[in-house]
Amino acid sequence: MSTDSYPEISFETRMSSVEFRVHERAHITVDSKICADCSTRGCITACPANLFVSTADGGILFNYELCFECGTCYMVCNEEGAISWSYPEGGHGVVFHSS
Amino acid sequence: MTDFDVIVVGAGPAGAAAALEAARAGRSVCLLERGPYPGSKNMYGGVVYGRVLDSLIPNWWEEAPIQRWVTRRSTMLMTGDQAVTVDYRCSSWGEAPYNGATAFRPEFDAWLASKAEAAGAVLICSTTATGLLRDGTRVVGVRTDRPDGDLTAQVVICCDGVNSFLAKEAGLYPPSDPANYTLGVKETILLPREVIDERFAVRGDHGVDIEILGCTGEVPGGGFLYTNAESLAVGLVLSLPKLAACGRRPEEILAELKAHSAIAPLIEGGQVKEYSAHVIPEAGYKMMPELIGDGILVAGDAAAMCLAAGIWLEGVNFAIGSGAAAGQAAARAVQRRDTSSAGLQDYRRRLDSNFVMSDHRKLREAPHLVMSDLAQQQLPRIACGVMEQLFTVTNPDPKPGLRKIIRGQMKLNNLKLRDAISQGMKALRTFG
Repeated sequence: MSTDSYPEISFETRMSSVEFRVHERAHITVDSKICADCSTRGCITACPANLFVSTADGGILFNYELCFECGTCYMVCNEEGAISWSYPEGGHGVVFHSS
Repeated sequence: MTDFDVIVVGAGPAGAAAALEAARAGRSVCLLERGPYPGSKNMYGGVVYGRVLDSLIPNWWEEAPIQRWVTRRSTMLMTGDQAVTVDYRCSSWGEAPYNGATAFRPEFDAWLASKAEAAGAVLICSTTATGLLRDGTRVVGVRTDRPDGDLTAQVVICCDGVNSFLAKEAGLYPPSDPANYTLGVKETILLPREVIDERFAVRGDHGVDIEILGCTGEVPGGGFLYTNAESLAVGLVLSLPKLAACGRRPEEILAELKAHSAIAPLIEGGQVKEYSAHVIPEAGYKMMPELIGDGILVAGDAAAMCLAAGIWLEGVNFAIGSGAAAGQAAARAVQRRDTSSAGLQDYRRRLDSNFVMSDHRKLREAPHLVMSDLAQQQLPRIACGVMEQLFTVTNPDPKPGLRKIIRGQMKLNNLKLRDAISQGMKALRTFG
């Protein structure tokens, strides 16, 4: 079957369906210098919110704001200390309604 | 004197059940939730099995906020352009006392937590437990992110979900192996009630749960599609390390499932209302942490009590069952003035004597079996291949015969008879 008759939504549209109450403190930080030595980069493929992006200088650019707080990134990470992970402040972060 | 007898961290189904039972036993209970309301951080693959609630909330079905009662349970084996479905339909599941229901977790979890509140537990939302308070090796409370937010208790029950940083901080978990976890992603898709009723051939508050094997490409996992009242949920469960290594993103694999000829007509025209993602403790019994420490218990996803056993996919019921047992054991230990690890062993005894541990122990090999190449790759292809050959009429050639077809499909998919028998026996031992 052709997929043309069921057009897939863009990633931006997909993520705009989710409510995030963003706190000013980043609950996850990524040490791009450590990432520069990583050849696997599972986070880029696996993060369901697509928050990890390769940079031109070989590092990783990360934005915490649209994060599902699922834990995938630190679990698939091969590099000790690259990802510092905590939950957002109470009342902040992702808020599901129809899940 | 502590602030509370019992602090429960996490107001999901495990935490709400723990708080409910401890409060009913007369203990002072604090139920902490980091989201703005219970269930706001939670998502799942779709069905709540309520039998475990019978003893906690009589006639729960008259008030629980459910979407539809599942009266059709389908298992679909799929390849890129084929699908074989086993479809079980049962009208008695649509009548009290019911079997399974689809529900929105933000509604269901908030309802269950309100029961704990009604029993006397103090629910505090928008508050993240950031660590444990300890006296030596003994847990005596939690730190929170509120100003002056330390709270003391005689027992802390960790129902803080799959990542359970509290159970890890208490040293109850071995180093985690990503192979024990899967990622769940899901779209909730809006469709009018009448359209859902027509497409899924159900009426009223009856609904459908379809579990799918063979829809995740090279990544071990599975898919699901189920009906809410006025929406569908379609999603995937994907092995974490294999997903990370495969180079394809989760929403790309989900798009393939949505475009499959067996799925696309069911969701056509629907609008994505919400996308969600969550990690699942997939390996069950073999990945469970120590459940008891001095002043601390672990329940629900935090204790890896999700049952991902292929033909059975359950979690909320195990969360409620383990949470209730933890609440009861904690209350008893407080009453007996011994909340040490020894004094809390009643928790383990309660789990061992009901479905929570017996199911997990019995099905301990099942998650591995379900994620094997045989179940993931060969079984869907062989099942679909056999059906195609069986029902393709090849006149004027005569029919080939079932045994020849099965042998041919096994050979085509590199499955040796010897391996099929040994894996089949293993499956019988596991599920029997």
